[in-house]
Amino acid sequence: MNEEFTIIIFSENSIGLLNRITINFTKRKLSIDSLTVSESAIKGVFKFTIVVRCALNTAENLVKQLDKQIDILRTFFLRDSEILHQEMAMYKIETSTFTESNKVEGIIRKYNARILEVTKEFTAIEKTGHKRETQQLFEELRPYGMLQFVRSGRVAITRLKKELLSDYLKKIEK
Amino acid sequence: METITLDQKKIKRKEHKRVTGSEAILQALVIENIKTVFGYPGGAIMPLYDKLMDFDDKLHHILTRHEQGAVHAAQGFARVSGEVGVCFATSGPGAANLLTGIADAFMDSTPLVCFTGQVFSHLLGSDAFQETDVVGVSMPVTKWNFQITRANEIAEAVAKAFYIARSGRPGPVLLDITKDAMVGEVDFHYKKCDKIRSYIPLPVTKDLYIQQAVELIDNAKKPFVLFGQGVTLGLAELELIAFLEKTGIPAASTLLGLSALPNDHELYTGMLGMHGNAAPNIKTNEADLIIGIGMRFDDRVTGKVTEYAPNAKKIHFEIDKAEVNKIIKVDVKVLGNVKHTLAEVTTKVSQNSHKEWRNSFKKIDQSEQKRVIKKELFPEIGKITMGEVMQKLNIVSEGEAVIVTDVGQHQMIASRYYNFKNKRSNITSGGLGTMGFGLPAAMGAKIAAPDRKVVSISGDGGFQMTLQELGTIAHNKIPVKMIILNNSYLGMVRQWQELFFDKRYASTAMTSPDFVKLADSYGIKGECISDRDNLQEAVQRMWDSDQPYLLEIKVKTKGNVFPMIPAGCAVDQVVFGDEN
Ligand SMILES: Cc1ncc(C[n+]2csc(CCOP(=O)(O)OP(=O)(O)O)c2C)c(N)n1
Ligand SMILES: [Mg+2]
Repeated sequence: MNEEFTIIIFSENSIGLLNRITINFTKRKLSIDSLTVSESAIKGVFKFTIVVRCALNTAENLVKQLDKQIDILRTFFLRDSEILHQEMAMYKIETSTFTESNKVEGIIRKYNARILEVTKEFTAIEKTGHKRETQQLFEELRPYGMLQFVRSGRVAITRLKKELLSDYLKKIEK
Repeated sequence: METITLDQKKIKRKEHKRVTGSEAILQALVIENIKTVFGYPGGAIMPLYDKLMDFDDKLHHILTRHEQGAVHAAQGFARVSGEVGVCFATSGPGAANLLTGIADAFMDSTPLVCFTGQVFSHLLGSDAFQETDVVGVSMPVTKWNFQITRANEIAEAVAKAFYIARSGRPGPVLLDITKDAMVGEVDFHYKKCDKIRSYIPLPVTKDLYIQQAVELIDNAKKPFVLFGQGVTLGLAELELIAFLEKTGIPAASTLLGLSALPNDHELYTGMLGMHGNAAPNIKTNEADLIIGIGMRFDDRVTGKVTEYAPNAKKIHFEIDKAEVNKIIKVDVKVLGNVKHTLAEVTTKVSQNSHKEWRNSFKKIDQSEQKRVIKKELFPEIGKITMGEVMQKLNIVSEGEAVIVTDVGQHQMIASRYYNFKNKRSNITSGGLGTMGFGLPAAMGAKIAAPDRKVVSISGDGGFQMTLQELGTIAHNKIPVKMIILNNSYLGMVRQWQELFFDKRYASTAMTSPDFVKLADSYGIKGECISDRDNLQEAVQRMWDSDQPYLLEIKVKTKGNVFPMIPAGCAVDQVVFGDEN
């Protein structure tokens, strides 16, 4: 049975590591639903957040293979209940739609979205939330003419107090 | 008269310490105790080769006839010696020619450090002449790889490369070095690497699991040990024997585990796998405890996974935690180097003998003997069989040979029938099954072990994949013994065609050159035998020669390797070949 997993990888900052990571997905013909990379709370340690749908057994083996890569510090995989996660979406629509009806403004308010920029031609809107919410907003705005749309990969933090890695790093560095 | 001021002196002394990147690499190799390098030059790696001339008293370079030969030679070298094999190749095609060997080494956990030349760093990404993204293409088949673009990165990268290649579960590492990094200058300081914070070569062994393993072992009625190359890689041959002798547990080997335990040990029951011995395969499914030691439950060993060892609890002694629960779910995992974990478990388990259980293997052995082995080793009529050759080699060599095989029927026959006596005597391409591996690997093995007799056993097909290494063997007078078991077929594929493809022999009949004349053209002594009466003497002549020696034996063309577990069948569904 396939489930959604969020894989969190802590790594050194080394060139080509992303390639090494994705190879492990390609090898199993697994599609990556989303991917984000940024520096973590620990200086110099990078954090990959990858969303994938697969069987539990596949996820376990995948994570062990990832963990084995030399430049990877630790790899974890988590179910949705174990994390807080968000995605950010941006929408661009014709500014004229605002002047023609006040419905659009209502929608934006309803979704707690934010207007980033308004020009004569377009209005840029931002909304952060779960994929379901940003998608719903997309569906509601679409009838008014969607000029551009983009959604980021998932970012996630665990429900644990500290970063998964901090104690571990202390341990291996002593 | 020249006067040197203090300042100039300082500068002079400093200049003295500066070396080129090429020299830094070679000095690093010397510090890492490397004495032999296999390789092939070309544009991008020329500065390194140029400097190599100044190191010829410290580093012995063997120029192969193809980069694939260089990497397989390095593998043979590493496997027989337990040291890291090193090879050099130029950028683009040179590096690409290494890939098969690197992939092979990755599968079979062989420590290698491969150096490839690369175009100048300012040309990277410009599709320059002979530019290939070697780091990119080798990524899936290397334990680690890295591109060096500046001379001052060399010391650290080389130190890391050797540490990674040889520690933990060993494997191949590739360093891709741009030409400017080789010619650039650097103050050379080398510090051996013994720690990388993101890399844990040796996992922690949990006392609890040792305890659980001991309990399972003490309570088992039909325990069975399956050992693999981890025993050899972990230098744990004696620990394995001690464990077996204390517990009285029968043991079987994987293809790569062969020679870690002498074949004549009373607890040794044979080889596992598709063409392994019948008893260990069948008994796997009767056992109530399977103890995997330094092996990875490869599909050739497990057969149909859902019907594998259904009556057994399982313990896995393994250094690579990614191998645990990968294919077969186990009850207890004992992580760590088997040398230590086995020793610890041995002190804690109770003495036992399992007489009755061990004896129960005998009946199947007898049946295999009668139905397969006798016919293979002692045929009275017809052409020579491959098994017969191994039988003669056993008589002549008394188990003292290092057997290096290629891939195919001859590989299975050699592995099944050679009586291994000494450790590190079996070098074969297991995980990847690379035809063309045998001859160059034997060459490398002979260089690493000049005092041992190295016999390569190839098929007519595989020999022709890397036979250009005869040139290397002749040039360097490397006294390897080369047996070609010529059945005029790509025999293993032909066997499958016979059994599973309605005897449609598509593209498997093969003509070969006159191998003896070919050897002769290189100045290598050779002999061809097709008559049973001359076989033993011919093998003896080969054995006694202190020169490179090629012995071609014309064997039965349509021989089959049995027993066999057909693909997709359970391990106890052994076919003996005389069923209908
Ligand atoms: C590089 C490579 N290509 C193809 C194969 C598939 N293959 C496996 S065994 C075999 C036949 C080998 O023939 P030969 O070397 O004559 O040995 P024999 O089986 O006849 O003893 C082939 C083609 C392989 N293992 N490796
Ligand atoms: Mg053949």
